[in-house]
Amino acid sequence: MSYTGKPKIAHPGLPRNQLGLTARDYEGAVSTLCAGCGHDSVTAAIVQAVFELNIEPHMLAKMSGIGCSSKTPAYFVSQSHGFNSVHGRMPSVTTGANAANRQLTYIGVSGDGDSLSIGVGQFVHAIRRNLNMCYIIENNGVYGLTKGQFSASADIGSKPKKGQPNQQEPIDAVSTALSLGATYIARSFSGDKEQLVPLIQGALRHNGFALIDIVSPCVTFNDHEGSTKSYAHTREFYHQVVDMDYVQPAAEIKAAYAKGEVMPIELHNGSKIVLRKIDESYDPTSRAKAFKYLREHFNAGEIVTGLLYLDETRAEMHDLMGNIDTPLAHLPLSGLHPGAAELKRILKSFA
Amino acid sequence: MATINDVVIKIATVNGTGSASANGLLRKAIFRMGIPVVGKNYFPSNIQGLPTWYEIRVTGDGYQARADRLDLMVAMNVQTYVQDMAEITSGGWLIYDSTWPRSQLLDRDDITVLGVPLSRMCNESFEGARARILMKNIAYVGVVAALLDIDLGIITTLLEETFAAKKKLIDSNMTAIQLGYDYAVENFVCPLPKKVAAIDKTKGHIIIDGNTAAGLGCMYAGATVGAWYPITPSTSLMDAFHSFCRKYRTDPETGKHSYCVMQAEDELAAIGMVLGASWNGARAFTPTSGPGISLMSEFLGLAYYAEIPAVVFDVQRTGPSTGMPTRTQQSDIMTCAFASHGDTRQVLLFPADPGECFHMAVSAFDFAERLQTPVLVLSDLDIGMNDWMIPEFEWDEDYVPDRGKVLGAEDLEAMDKFYRYLDVDGDGIPYRTFPGVHPKGSYFTRGSGHTKYGNYTEDSVAYQDVVDRLLVKWETARKLVPAAEIRTSTFNKMGILTVGSGNAACVEALDRLKAQDINIDYCRVKAFPFGSEVREFIEQHEIVFVVEQNRDAQLRSLLILDINADQNKLVPLLHYNGIPLGAGFVVEGVLQKIAQGKAA
Ligand SMILES: Cc1ncc(C[n+]2csc(CCOP(=O)(O)OP(=O)(O)O)c2C)c(N)n1
Ligand code: SF4
Ligand SMILES: [Mg+2]
Repeated sequence: MSYTGKPKIAHPGLPRNQLGLTARDYEGAVSTLCAGCGHDSVTAAIVQAVFELNIEPHMLAKMSGIGCSSKTPAYFVSQSHGFNSVHGRMPSVTTGANAANRQLTYIGVSGDGDSLSIGVGQFVHAIRRNLNMCYIIENNGVYGLTKGQFSASADIGSKPKKGQPNQQEPIDAVSTALSLGATYIARSFSGDKEQLVPLIQGALRHNGFALIDIVSPCVTFNDHEGSTKSYAHTREFYHQVVDMDYVQPAAEIKAAYAKGEVMPIELHNGSKIVLRKIDESYDPTSRAKAFKYLREHFNAGEIVTGLLYLDETRAEMHDLMGNIDTPLAHLPLSGLHPGAAELKRILKSFA
Repeated sequence: MATINDVVIKIATVNGTGSASANGLLRKAIFRMGIPVVGKNYFPSNIQGLPTWYEIRVTGDGYQARADRLDLMVAMNVQTYVQDMAEITSGGWLIYDSTWPRSQLLDRDDITVLGVPLSRMCNESFEGARARILMKNIAYVGVVAALLDIDLGIITTLLEETFAAKKKLIDSNMTAIQLGYDYAVENFVCPLPKKVAAIDKTKGHIIIDGNTAAGLGCMYAGATVGAWYPITPSTSLMDAFHSFCRKYRTDPETGKHSYCVMQAEDELAAIGMVLGASWNGARAFTPTSGPGISLMSEFLGLAYYAEIPAVVFDVQRTGPSTGMPTRTQQSDIMTCAFASHGDTRQVLLFPADPGECFHMAVSAFDFAERLQTPVLVLSDLDIGMNDWMIPEFEWDEDYVPDRGKVLGAEDLEAMDKFYRYLDVDGDGIPYRTFPGVHPKGSYFTRGSGHTKYGNYTEDSVAYQDVVDRLLVKWETARKLVPAAEIRTSTFNKMGILTVGSGNAACVEALDRLKAQDINIDYCRVKAFPFGSEVREFIEQHEIVFVVEQNRDAQLRSLLILDINADQNKLVPLLHYNGIPLGAGFVVEGVLQKIAQGKAA
């Protein structure tokens, strides 16, 4: 594997964002994943999403664990700091990073093994804290990097390339997150960039824990007949319930929506999310109703996608704890203690 | 033998009965009389109803270790009468509650048994079951005060300080104390031949436990992120940090915090949080104990290899596994020194008392940031949770935190290109940057193979280049960390070498041996890697007794591994029963080895 940079020749015709950067400026090193791997499509969607959001690259922190999916932060926005940590523990590292500097935008990329098998503990606790981050699970039902063993998201009856079909109950990231109180929950498919880009944008701008569970097929170990995480299976059982648009702050809602089914929701930073229900019976603001719907369709083998739940009212981690707005890492150390005379006073009570 | 200011008192009670404040009162009163005093807790891993002991050593000479004898036992716990009585040194005294005679249990003729009808007296004077139990535990303070000649006036002042405006409480406590005091004066010959008398040896001193001091040190060091998962005996460290922060880091107007204390879901998450915060430029730490270190190991290896500062306090307790969680030991030395898989080495600091816990907490952050690596501060339950009398420590207003080699926006702007793992200065320490500062500072942090430029690699030469450079850094660390405390004289052939809480007992043992004309030199290591002074100390002596509190002579092994010390010279003296080390063990150990011809 090599780590070669791509020549960054800015074509004069390439569109530029408000920072004067082109989409190419948001790319990373050349991917070393298998040709056709779903993860690479997610990478492309992230590049577009971040470019369009006008995020300064160095204000974005890319966090990951271990796995093929966790490698991908090296393949986007090379001018951002990245942290490829240990298997299943990206949430705690991101929690600490965010504790130190709440001004950065955090994007975490994980796998189903990373988040739902070895790392399920950290995953659930990051949700409970309402850690302000965009958390992507590139979900392929297997451990790609260790050559195709089932992960905790493998569906009952899903066939491996060799051996017996999975018989254990899968962990569904979306309903798990819903039950734990995540405040932005989406599911998508690596093959649907049109849906994915606004979902990522909304997640990056959401003030709290934003999960996007993305079916992202592993072409090498889990894309065969009988697999429930293959391209073919996903396309067949794909069921989009809520369409979503992300509207930048100050921009106007331009698209024409059929009346009655449109819900504009204002985010913390002034931008908007416009939801359009495709299935009239779905309510993305009610935890209880969403849970019921998701469970029923999950039982029917359908892959329900879209922005499935949104709660903009709950405070994120720092605000729950009552922390100052200034990043803690920016405070001068000398101002963080009461000095020599006060130490004397403190120690008086020990004499 | 009649002595003044040299007496050891032990109080046996049941945990959860309010005896802690009575015991603290006794200890403080003696301290306020100007007499050096040490307090040690022996408590079960339990919340209520099990035996617990508090030992007060009155030591006019100012020794800090556990005494190896017991003069006066206050046996308030029926369950442990037999054991408690057996523990008293010949010639000593036993106080018990004679409301219910237990003469059949008290059959030692080499001690004096003093029965005081504490329950009966308190039942007659107080209403309500809870008050009676509490007052019974206060009343023995009066008995001990009379027997040892402790100043009742000072006890009154202390009660007034503790209860401030609650006059009722002061009065009821004083009534109970007076009951005990008067009974003792009327029925026994007071004071005993072993008694206390006011001197002037506590001025400028405080009594504090190591965890409180370390928590205070973290606040003064400017730590802003603390993550932890509760575990005895480290919990009170974070409690202390948190309460100091609540007081000094809460904006009086907005009520907002300039600190972030996170109770993690486990120790894996606690250290992960610390690394994330450090990577982002905050000073971050986690306190834990042995089982937590085991869980943190994978992350500690990442921090070593990816070069991320972190401060970890390991308040050691008795292992293996859950072991005896409320007993002390120094048995994590090896685990910490090499915490994690692969070729990993960690920098360790060994405080010997609460004063060093404070100062080493501060310098641990400096070393971690200067060296860009974890620094593990190895204290133990004895230091962390017991009451030590130490000189009052001070804050140096001129202290400038060492943030190490960090490039700011201007440095980066002026640079052509930044490479994270390049050894520019030849000391093995590269430069680092913080996210969000400048686009040129961006790099990719990973625990997988990387080149000196920070890129992913599976190339043997490029990989080896980085791990070899880490060895250069290790040698820089060796020169940076605090040197051992050494006391030598030219003629001595023997030395004692110890670490951490072993110091108190060894220093006392040296005095006792000297009184027998056995002169021994001394080396107390304060950090790992060991400096050249430690190597020289071992080279200069024919025999070096290595005194440590674990079964497997871990410090000794580390000396052999790190500085190639001659193992034939290193005679282990190992104490690992969970009780703090006393000087007697060291003295006997040395004498025994000398008698065996192992030394001298
Ligand atoms: C502690 C630990 N155990 C095992 C491994 C081996 N390992 C590397 S990646 C991986 C599974 C990754 O699966 P997933 O997160 O689903 O990512 P994918 O490769 O499928 O994208 C495993 C088991 C490891 N790196 N660390
Ligand atoms: S093994 Fe699977 S998950 Fe990994 S890169 Fe190849 S296709 Fe993608
Ligand atoms: Mg996977």
